[in-house]
Amino acid sequence: MDVHPIRVLVAKPGLDGHDRGAKVVARALRDAGMEVIYTGLRQTPEMIVEAALQEDVDVIGLSILSGAHLSLTPRIMELMAENDMVDVPVFLGGIIPHDDVPALKEMGITGVFGPGTNTETIISSIRESVVAKPADRES
Amino acid sequence: MLSQLIEKAKNGRRRAIAQLITLVENDQEAARTIVAALYSETGTAHIVGITGPPGSGKSTLVNEIAKEYRKREQLVGIVAVDPSSPFTGGALLGDRVRMRDLSGDRGIFIRSMASRGSLGGLARSTGNVVKVLDAAGFQVILIETVGAGQAEVEIANAALTTLVIEAPGMGDDIQTIKAGILEIADLLVVNKMDRPGSDRTVKALQTMLHMGTVRRDESHHGRAMTATGPNLAVSDLKSTWHVPLLETVAIEGLGVSPVVDAIQEHRNHLIKSGDWLEREKMRSRREVGQLLQDRFMSKLQLTVPLDERETIIEAVARRQLDPYSAVERLFEQAHASEEAP
Ligand SMILES: Nc1nc2c(ncn2[C@@H]2O[C@H](COP(=O)(O)OP(=O)(O)OP(=O)(O)O)[C@@H](O)[C@H]2O)c(=O)[nH]1
Ligand SMILES: [Mg+2]
Repeated sequence: MDVHPIRVLVAKPGLDGHDRGAKVVARALRDAGMEVIYTGLRQTPEMIVEAALQEDVDVIGLSILSGAHLSLTPRIMELMAENDMVDVPVFLGGIIPHDDVPALKEMGITGVFGPGTNTETIISSIRESVVAKPADRES
Repeated sequence: MLSQLIEKAKNGRRRAIAQLITLVENDQEAARTIVAALYSETGTAHIVGITGPPGSGKSTLVNEIAKEYRKREQLVGIVAVDPSSPFTGGALLGDRVRMRDLSGDRGIFIRSMASRGSLGGLARSTGNVVKVLDAAGFQVILIETVGAGQAEVEIANAALTTLVIEAPGMGDDIQTIKAGILEIADLLVVNKMDRPGSDRTVKALQTMLHMGTVRRDESHHGRAMTATGPNLAVSDLKSTWHVPLLETVAIEGLGVSPVVDAIQEHRNHLIKSGDWLEREKMRSRREVGQLLQDRFMSKLQLTVPLDERETIIEAVARRQLDPYSAVERLFEQAHASEEAP
């Protein structure tokens, strides 16, 4: 396959107000040469997984500020499993307590970025996760 | 296996459709196999292009048009193109933000695409993405162009019906309505009719439309004569299509049903007048021409070594060789290496 930009879905699940952080990350990923599908505010797990499926993204990035990460994540991972998408890495950003990280990883989250994580770290983690992904497309 | 993926996509399996689209976007070789396998099952979808200046409401209107088609029990595919950065190759594809209403409807499939360096409002592989959706059974395919503001003529070749959107407050007068945009319009829509100045935009467009009618028909005749041989009977019929001017408030879903009616009328017109085939021929001519060009370029790259090509280019740069003679020389070299054992 010819080289092509990494495709990332950036979504903001939950009912809380603003998506400034998600937009900053989306722009940083674009500036790093990625194709970023931005879906905006108040996305349900169903919307997120459907968009990721249709867009055939390499990575999903979710910004969660509402504290609902522990309830949203299992549903998203469940829907991904139903759609045979377990190989797509999912990253979380936003306000997520340190103590919750092990549980989230247990659920299948690839990485968690706390507030103030610099964009370079986010970019390189995404790149690494895509390289590490097994090339099983043809199987 | 690719052939299994193709079968699944033809049966409307959504993950397979998405993966095939990725392949036609990224992989020339795969695109070839996929299009060869699908092509005979394409050509039934009605392909509608939606173009217009940035922020005029293309995505919002696409969302409403899609909902209206769903009420009419049509399966709808959407391809939304946004620009890639020429510097980083990255892109922010944000059209889905305005299409959240469509989520959860399995009769709809939305795909965002980056233009990946191609100008003219579409990506190079947009036509192939449309073919995948067509073969997968989507009956209406809506293509939203980049909306860079310049005349995005590519869409008129990719679509059977081209809808041009304008909105008030984008300069408000005729000068800002880009030259060429009316020539490609089968339907004109003034969106944001809730905004001040919208009546002026409508009037300006009415005037332009009135002035433009003659030119439009002449160019049709010209094209039919030169490109497909004299077929005046067909092109005479073409000129009976009068571009309608429609008014919408897309954010409130107002005026959308008449837009869909007009698209359907245009579709019927294409079928009755024989213009459908004419447009398909135009599209096919461009597509085959483009592939031929690509094929020749890659043959040239294979047969004439890079340093030799560079030597010729440098000679052109230094004014030692003119560009026509350079092409002559490259042609000869490509040909000579073909003759060699
Ligand atoms: N007042 C008013 N605003 C509208 C209408 N339709 C769309 N908008 C708003 O106009 C803005 C741009 O709408 P989009 O649908 O994103 O426009 P677009 O042409 O797709 O934009 P790009 O894809 O960025 O070129 C949004 O804030 C919409 O809410 C309308 O009928 N009236
Ligand atoms: Mg848009």
